[in-house]
Amino acid sequence: MALVWLIPVALFLGLLGLAAFLWALRSGQFEDLEGASWRAIADSERPGPPRAPKDP
Amino acid sequence: MDQALREYAARELPAAPAPGAGNVGDVTLIVANMRCGGCMAAVEKALLASPGVASARANLAAKRVAVRFDARRTDGETLATALERAGFHAAEATQLGDKDAHAHSADLLRRLAVAGFAAANIMLLSVSVWAGLASDMDAPVQSLFHWLSALIALPAILYAAQPFFRSARGALAAGRLNMDVPISLGILLATSMSLVQTMAGGEQVYFDAAIMLTFFLLIGRYLDESVRVRAKGAAENLLGFRASTATVIGENGKLSRLRARELVPGMRVLVAAGERIPVDGRVIAGASDIDESLITGESMPRLAGVGASVHAGTVNTTTAIEVVATATDEGTLVAEIARLMHAAEQARGRYVRLADRAARLYAPAVHVLGALTFIGWMVAGAGWEQSLTFAISVLIITCPCALALAVPAVQVAASSRLFAAGVIVKAPDALERLAEVDTVVFDKTGTLTLGEPRQTDAEAIDADVLRCAACLALNSRHPLSKALVKAAQARGLALKREGAVEEIAGSGLVARTGEREERLGSAAWVGLSDASEPATLWYRRDGEPPVPLHFEDALRADAGAVVAELGRAGYAVELLSGDTPAAAKAAATAMGIATFHGGIRPDGKIARLAALKAQGHKVLMIGDGLNDAPALAAGHASLSPSSAADISQTAAGAIFQGDKLAPVVEAIAVAQATRAMSLQNFAIALAYNALFVPLAMAGLVTPLIAALAMSLSSVAVTANALRLRTKRLSLRPAAKVESAP
Repeated sequence: MALVWLIPVALFLGLLGLAAFLWALRSGQFEDLEGASWRAIADSERPGPPRAPKDP
Repeated sequence: MDQALREYAARELPAAPAPGAGNVGDVTLIVANMRCGGCMAAVEKALLASPGVASARANLAAKRVAVRFDARRTDGETLATALERAGFHAAEATQLGDKDAHAHSADLLRRLAVAGFAAANIMLLSVSVWAGLASDMDAPVQSLFHWLSALIALPAILYAAQPFFRSARGALAAGRLNMDVPISLGILLATSMSLVQTMAGGEQVYFDAAIMLTFFLLIGRYLDESVRVRAKGAAENLLGFRASTATVIGENGKLSRLRARELVPGMRVLVAAGERIPVDGRVIAGASDIDESLITGESMPRLAGVGASVHAGTVNTTTAIEVVATATDEGTLVAEIARLMHAAEQARGRYVRLADRAARLYAPAVHVLGALTFIGWMVAGAGWEQSLTFAISVLIITCPCALALAVPAVQVAASSRLFAAGVIVKAPDALERLAEVDTVVFDKTGTLTLGEPRQTDAEAIDADVLRCAACLALNSRHPLSKALVKAAQARGLALKREGAVEEIAGSGLVARTGEREERLGSAAWVGLSDASEPATLWYRRDGEPPVPLHFEDALRADAGAVVAELGRAGYAVELLSGDTPAAAKAAATAMGIATFHGGIRPDGKIARLAALKAQGHKVLMIGDGLNDAPALAAGHASLSPSSAADISQTAAGAIFQGDKLAPVVEAIAVAQATRAMSLQNFAIALAYNALFVPLAMAGLVTPLIAALAMSLSSVAVTANALRLRTKRLSLRPAAKVESAP
């Protein structure tokens, strides 16, 4: 019977999502929703992926 | 000691360096003009470049930055100065009260997440059971599904619904009923009854209803809370900019910085130009122009020489002075006004909010209906188990899920709409109070006017003359100088600071370059013994006749229109000013305000508000000065511009930003719409109940119907509330006063 493994899988996936949310909440990711969107596009001085060199 | 006063005094204290491990200090800085991602990066960069800073993390939504630093090498004040140099308006955040609120809001979000997870999974199982009921699900599978639901629901409900249980217990302990009592009862009864039914292999299993109820109610709670946290943080940011320390001159002339509350009478305090005077006292050295607008409501500074008395909270504009303290901390005039304000607040009385009023009527009705259902079915001979099941379904159906969402959802929509319009709603009952006003009382200086002089004849003056005068004015903090610089900049003139400029308090400025001399100041200062024109300020260059410059404390651009609009809608408008009767009359005439009083002291303003209240009026007080603070606390509702004295902002229920007065009308209109929509939402929720309660009492409601009815009514009230965000609003006519003697 498929139910035997379908239900545990559904519960496990749900718990996974819950855990991810609680982790995000704990690590302060919901504290500055406005700023987070800007940080993604801000120029960072920390080493990141190299940019494509400009053509002379 | 007076509670309000203690809180006021406590805020004076900069946050003490956290006693962290070793010499690590933590401070939160408020950065008022951090508005975009670029600023955020610039703020963090400026702080990291400052010596001793370990880390800096900016929060754009809160307009704050958390800094960790080496306490041996730097402190909060140095860091704020570093930000000022980088072009940001920064201040050390003094004891922030919203830490707890933030934690509370995060706690609600956690519970909401758990409830959401449980609700989704239980619904998954329940839908199968409902579908199975109609088809061919066999009893063992159904029983398995019920047990699984119980396993998920029990811990989830025990954890997620705690805020309601706590609130209900608190209300019952105090001998009251609130909305949370029927909610808790419904959730608890539904859960325990479902458990009994599951064990007995019955069909009346309501876990889905109980968890969905919890989930929806937590959404309302969380929305309510997050709006409050945001408003509180914004209001605290406005209060952050204040003189919290003072420079004290010791026995041997040694200077030291002390916190304002550590000062005692007899101390000698050095007040630099541009600083706020921290004590009530007497000037013992120097002379300066003191900006007293926050206390007296007058916009022009007063000259204070040796022997003159000065008050805490006023601003020293021209030159450094030495003041000997006669009263400090709680003894100051500011503290006296704070006491008056607190007394006025007490007299205003407790306000019962709309939702609580509804709960008082509703909660008993729910319990009575539940009890009647149980008794009715018992009498009809249905047996106690069956009767109890029907009674519980009545409780679940009537459980004020939509009712509990009805008001918060509208308040959230209203607050965010007002936030976008520049109005920060501070007090939780501010909107409901605003909706009831029929009389609007304005203060003059800083409220109807901008509270600072503007040059009126800048266009008519030769550009070169204006430029030179403004260059001279750059060296002064006098309000007239600032206005002159602003006017010159508005005309697009490039200004640069002159070399040696001397400022004489009460007279003006002089710059000497070689033989040439430039003067800016009073008529006597430029050598006119009898001025031909009543100009505010004169400018003279060597060998040229003096040029008069005219200034006035300009009315807010739309003040006349706002007063007219209020008048058209039937609101009584009054002007109460601390300024001279003549000035009050001039402003009132210009605005078309018929009732006005000038030269009124803080207690006089309260007396006038009390008189209006006695006539049955509900007064909206709008003011900014320290002298308005008690009146703001005494009014039925209160608004304050964001330029207001900090204590006035504390007293006011809402704060509006910007140079315009229009947010006042918007605030009243939104408040009225909020009230109307809250009532609409109550009506929607009650209509659902009217439809389903008879069905439930008749025992016709299945779990499916219960869950659907509840979800639908919640969605309906939320959707209705969201209309407020974009709805076009206009001011409704003022309420008629019932009993005017």
